[in-house]
Amino acid sequence: MQGLSESEINSLTQSSKKLRREILTMIHSAKSGHPGGSLSCIDILNVLYSKCMRVVVDKTDKNYDKRDRFILSKGHASAALYSVMAQAGFFDEKELMTFRQLGSRLQGHPCAHKLDGVEVSTGSLGQGLSMGVGMALGLRLDNNDAKVFVLMGDGEIEEGSVWEAVMNANAKKLDNLIAFVDRNKLQIDGSTEDIKEIGSAAEKFRAFGWNAFEINGHDFNEIYLTTEIAKQLKNHKPTVIIANTIKGKGVSFMENQAGWHGKAPNDEQLAQALTELGGQN
Amino acid sequence: MERTFKSPRAEYGKTLVALGQKNKNIVVMDADLSCSTQTKMFAKEFPDRFFNVGIAEQDLMTTAAGLSTVGKIPFVSTFAMFASGRAWEQIRNSICYSKLNVKICATHGGITVGEDGASHQALEDISLMRSIPNMTVIIPADSEETKQAIEFAAEYDGPVYIRIARTELADIFDTSYKFNIKKAVKLKEGKDVTIISNGDTLVEVLDCAKILSDKGINAEVIHLPVVKPIDKETVLESAKKTKRVVTVENHSVIGGLGSAVSEVLSENQPTLLKRIGINDEFGQSGKAKELLEFYGLTAGKLSETITEFIK
Repeated sequence: MQGLSESEINSLTQSSKKLRREILTMIHSAKSGHPGGSLSCIDILNVLYSKCMRVVVDKTDKNYDKRDRFILSKGHASAALYSVMAQAGFFDEKELMTFRQLGSRLQGHPCAHKLDGVEVSTGSLGQGLSMGVGMALGLRLDNNDAKVFVLMGDGEIEEGSVWEAVMNANAKKLDNLIAFVDRNKLQIDGSTEDIKEIGSAAEKFRAFGWNAFEINGHDFNEIYLTTEIAKQLKNHKPTVIIANTIKGKGVSFMENQAGWHGKAPNDEQLAQALTELGGQN
Repeated sequence: MERTFKSPRAEYGKTLVALGQKNKNIVVMDADLSCSTQTKMFAKEFPDRFFNVGIAEQDLMTTAAGLSTVGKIPFVSTFAMFASGRAWEQIRNSICYSKLNVKICATHGGITVGEDGASHQALEDISLMRSIPNMTVIIPADSEETKQAIEFAAEYDGPVYIRIARTELADIFDTSYKFNIKKAVKLKEGKDVTIISNGDTLVEVLDCAKILSDKGINAEVIHLPVVKPIDKETVLESAKKTKRVVTVENHSVIGGLGSAVSEVLSENQPTLLKRIGINDEFGQSGKAKELLEFYGLTAGKLSETITEFIK
């Protein structure tokens, strides 16, 4: 399989920087939000929406039903989703600055009935994968070849309901379902390994009958190639991609700091972050 | 009077099959209780459109949410305890928040679950479901009404919770009955007291009204199958006439029919009210009829309580 070209990688590098700047600016402006987990998953979202997913923005497009579905199960990374949706043309970038404000379509956690393009409302952890299973079942019933992508956090897979869905996806042989685990190894109260010791997430999924890959979640080519392979796998198994990531990736003082899970940067911190990310937005 | 008894659950199963034949978007889901909930009838007829998720009620509700987003109409069944309790937050956040088109048809509500005892007797489900925005809550009183409520749910776009009685119930309605989501049903005119009920206690209330009548008390009987959205008009009109209202439900007196009626009365037309149901306690094992008697929900016991109340 052909990987991304150098120019494609350069382009993704630039756009991911811009998306990171937008994420931080939005959170700073709202004075609330979740920078750490948004920055850890943004490269995955960028590759999915730019390269791997069949994205259809216009609801009146005849191919709208054929669009691939994306579910941000770790809904607190909403800033990442909104930045990438604006980039894909779901709404004007200017609207990003309404994030988390009264009356905004850009709710603190994604809200499907307020914002077109958000497939399902998420935020309460441990529910996105089941919703993805439901979509995948329904699409298969209709002989619709669209794929369902679900992004979970690694802390999120501590939720028991995730494993209910993991078992069901295997039992129903859903090879139109591709899950990502944003394995940044941190949750609100600290290290995932100190709190509930996840260990090898890939082995856990394999034990439940899934195809499992482990990648560097900030390497555009790895994200791209693994996702493309997963899309083509037809072995009647769902696929999980465990993406090893860095919480707060791209901002020196946020990287690998659990404290930046749900805290907005102040003016100075934002300025420093934007400088590190190559611009003033 | 000779009564015929039918199983609302069997009616549910049959109705699903009939609906499934008409509409290919109807899918049915269960969590390993398809023999009890009678969704097995649909499973047999339409195996491709039946999904058993195993003993996993949270997954059941959220998977249904996903199915609804791609145009399916999921009818989801398990016992009321697990539907409304175990999966409450999934119902709230994954289904009701975005008003997804999921129909939750829960069987085994109330103490009439019987021998299985308190762990399986949902006495809080109506309260739990009623408090969620966008949810419609229906408690049919017999098989015919169960059928029509299911048919309504299939047509209506949005989440619905229907509590389907476990035990066989006496026929109250025939095919001339027309279930109306907006209207309560006045089953007997009266002037001395209004008795409001639904579900499997309705037949006891009807019998109770006869006992009261023999004592010279003319009770008005209102069947209120749709606890949410509630038909305020019928409740207020009757209360205005009789000045005394009694609610009877196979549910905790906290949060269910009694609470819904008291909210309407208190805010519009304060009226003397007696809520009869399970008094903030857990149930226990026993035969359904014995339990109704023990908790004061049979016609005889109801007539005693109501006579005392209106003295």
